[in-house]
Amino acid sequence: MKIIICISNVPDTTTKVKFVDNNSAFDTTGVQWIINPWDELALTRALELKEDANNPVSSVTVVTVGLKTSEPTLRKALAIGADDAIRVDFQPGDAYSVATQLAEVLKNNPYDIILNGIESSDYNGSSVGGMLAELLDMSSISAVSGIKLQGEEIKVTRDIDGGKEEISITAPFVGIVQKGIAKEPRIAAMRGIMMAKKKPITVVEPVAVDSLTEIAGFELPQSKAACKIIDADNVKELVELLRDEAKAI
Amino acid sequence: MENKSNLKSGEFLVKEIDKDDVFIPEEFDEEQLMIKQTCIDFLETEVFPNIERIEKAEEGLMPELLKKAAELGLLGIAIPEEYEGFGQSFVTQMLSSEVIGAGYSFAVAYSAHCGIGTLPIMYYGNPEQRQKYVTQLATGEKLGAYCLTEPGAGSDANSGTTRAVLSEDGKHYILNGQKMWITNAGFADIQIVFAKIENDRVYSAFIVERDFPGVTLNPDERKMGIKGSSTRQIFYNDVKVPVENLLGERGKGYRIALSILHMGRIKLGANVLGAAKKAIHESVVYANERKQFGRLISQFGAIKYKLAEQVVKTFTTESAVYRVSKDIDDAITANMADGCDKGEASIAGISHYAVEAAILKVYGSEALDYVVDESVQIFGGMGYSAETLVEKGYRDSRINRIFEGTNEINRMLVVDTALKRAAKGDYDLFGEAKSLLDKIDSLRVSDVSGLDYYGEKKVYVKNFKKAILISVALASDFFQRKLAEEQEILFNLSDMMMELYVAESTLLRVEKLESMKGSAAVGIYKDILDINIYDAASRILKSGMDALNSFLENGNREKMTNAIDILTKVQGVNVKDARRRIADKLIEDNAYNF
Repeated sequence: MKIIICISNVPDTTTKVKFVDNNSAFDTTGVQWIINPWDELALTRALELKEDANNPVSSVTVVTVGLKTSEPTLRKALAIGADDAIRVDFQPGDAYSVATQLAEVLKNNPYDIILNGIESSDYNGSSVGGMLAELLDMSSISAVSGIKLQGEEIKVTRDIDGGKEEISITAPFVGIVQKGIAKEPRIAAMRGIMMAKKKPITVVEPVAVDSLTEIAGFELPQSKAACKIIDADNVKELVELLRDEAKAI
Repeated sequence: MENKSNLKSGEFLVKEIDKDDVFIPEEFDEEQLMIKQTCIDFLETEVFPNIERIEKAEEGLMPELLKKAAELGLLGIAIPEEYEGFGQSFVTQMLSSEVIGAGYSFAVAYSAHCGIGTLPIMYYGNPEQRQKYVTQLATGEKLGAYCLTEPGAGSDANSGTTRAVLSEDGKHYILNGQKMWITNAGFADIQIVFAKIENDRVYSAFIVERDFPGVTLNPDERKMGIKGSSTRQIFYNDVKVPVENLLGERGKGYRIALSILHMGRIKLGANVLGAAKKAIHESVVYANERKQFGRLISQFGAIKYKLAEQVVKTFTTESAVYRVSKDIDDAITANMADGCDKGEASIAGISHYAVEAAILKVYGSEALDYVVDESVQIFGGMGYSAETLVEKGYRDSRINRIFEGTNEINRMLVVDTALKRAAKGDYDLFGEAKSLLDKIDSLRVSDVSGLDYYGEKKVYVKNFKKAILISVALASDFFQRKLAEEQEILFNLSDMMMELYVAESTLLRVEKLESMKGSAAVGIYKDILDINIYDAASRILKSGMDALNSFLENGNREKMTNAIDILTKVQGVNVKDARRRIADKLIEDNAYNF
């Protein structure tokens, strides 16, 4: 059984977001890039599955769509424990263009379990996983918060309103995972970092695809007004503020 | 390009160095950055969430954290692969020391284990000792401590009275004595102990296991800072140490101790960087939240000055730290090419840069003391509360000026070592000084008009060198062999040398950075350099004046102090605006991002 995790190369979550070109593009100056946190958790769970000797997992691969500058992020995934990596040499556009590139790779290289984060912490489109399943004509399960293997049978847990749903599925399928799939991401150990140098990164030529959407502009959220502290005895003022200012009642 | 490993320790006093001859932190490669991130992740997941438990010295917590660090391989960074380590370069060792340096008490326990607790065996042990002990220390199976200081032997380290006597059957040394201020004593399994064999006047070094009968410990000391680090007295009562646990040769212990201290000092230079960056981070985040008079305090010039000065001191120290780290790597490589094994090559390479090691220890620890002091000040009353990290940082910082050789011992060491190396013929300090003194009557303020930015700064740095050479030569000539007794003057000369080394390192870093990234990317770094050179000039002037006025008389005094004055003239800088720009970047980023 082979597992592949689709990884987004995203700005560190503490990045101070700025825009350039008339607010139409994200300013990447000085940005530190990381594995999208949801993807990283998916990778962590895949490695746990592989490490359990009872599971028939033979390899864990990571794939990203990005230029050479995204390779440090792939090597981080290799240092954490992925066996090999694939990079589609393409400047990622919208979700459709990314999903198309991924689908091309996956059509030619069959994997049993294909995992994506439910969203990426940069543009939060939450669309690639579903599109990818459609392009591959494959089953998909969204909001996955747990995966277990029982032989060739895959037990998937997904969060639903007010509870959990257990699904049994056979490979291949696309799992769109959310936080909870693994407890916390792993720290790359020295041994992993040293081994990452020796693990292969296969560079794949992209196919021609255009984005279906384009970004017209970005806008930073308005800065929040300062908190108002109201004395516990002063209910009248609280009510007035909630009614007249916050218009909440 | 000339082989950099030819650069002698202290040679920076007489030689002009090119930007391409120095390594700068902006040149870390991808693997080094990944190791850095691993160290950051470890602190954030294991150390910072447990900081209060660590501070209370909760039983068993520190060894548990060290073992968790070991699982990630962080105890084996400096150890060759044949001993279960990862054989990383000295630069990488320093980078990891820097990051972990932000970890308060954990940083001290980690550094003591990985440095002085492990490396003596790596550097001086025979293959059997390395195989037996270094592998266990690198994997965290065993934890280490270094036992040199005694109640009556602190700065005068070789005056200790711990003795080792060969047993009648010749199989053991019987160890008796007492060591104190031993970091990690409470849990260390392996101790490097210095003792004198029979009636020797000089130490030998021994590998002692805590489980050997006769090893006993006092309770943990109650300390001002680094409270989570275990510090105890250790007693040795008729401890039978197998003869095969003698480390290195008999009578070579003091040399081992001093060499290891060179290493400890240089790594302390890296540790303080991490602690300083952490304190700056706490400072700016607070200044960006705290409002007074209706404004964030980060908007006030008084606070901007402090923030900028914290950055200047940290950035300049960092420039010197990584410059010498790469010089050491080059020396290690050259030593290995000459046939030394990795351990011998490493300690020889580190010891080679003894002058720079002492400079980093003193300059770095004093830079950190400034940074933590101002971090408390920025927090105001809240900074005095034990609830804040800056209070802890302030207390923890103070020990850095004391351990690994006090800053006083190290200041004297800077001058003493530089003079000894010059006397040995490593470089022609006195010849250079003599030719300067011969032409002193024609000395004029340097004309820097027409020079570009770096050309002008290089003239200043070159002049600083001249001012130092003149001062050192005059003091040596006047006091001859009694110079060692003139500690106040040695301090002046040492301070001048430190200012020079750090200023030159900063200059070369910024110049190299511009050649890598273009002029648009280095504006803020030029502000740092401007402030540093401007301040260094006045500090070198003051130290030079203090030294020369203390022994020269009549016309010679006026002539020579006038020369120092001329050689420390620099163009004025709008330091207020420069500091505001530095502070504004820090404030905007809300993080140390230089």
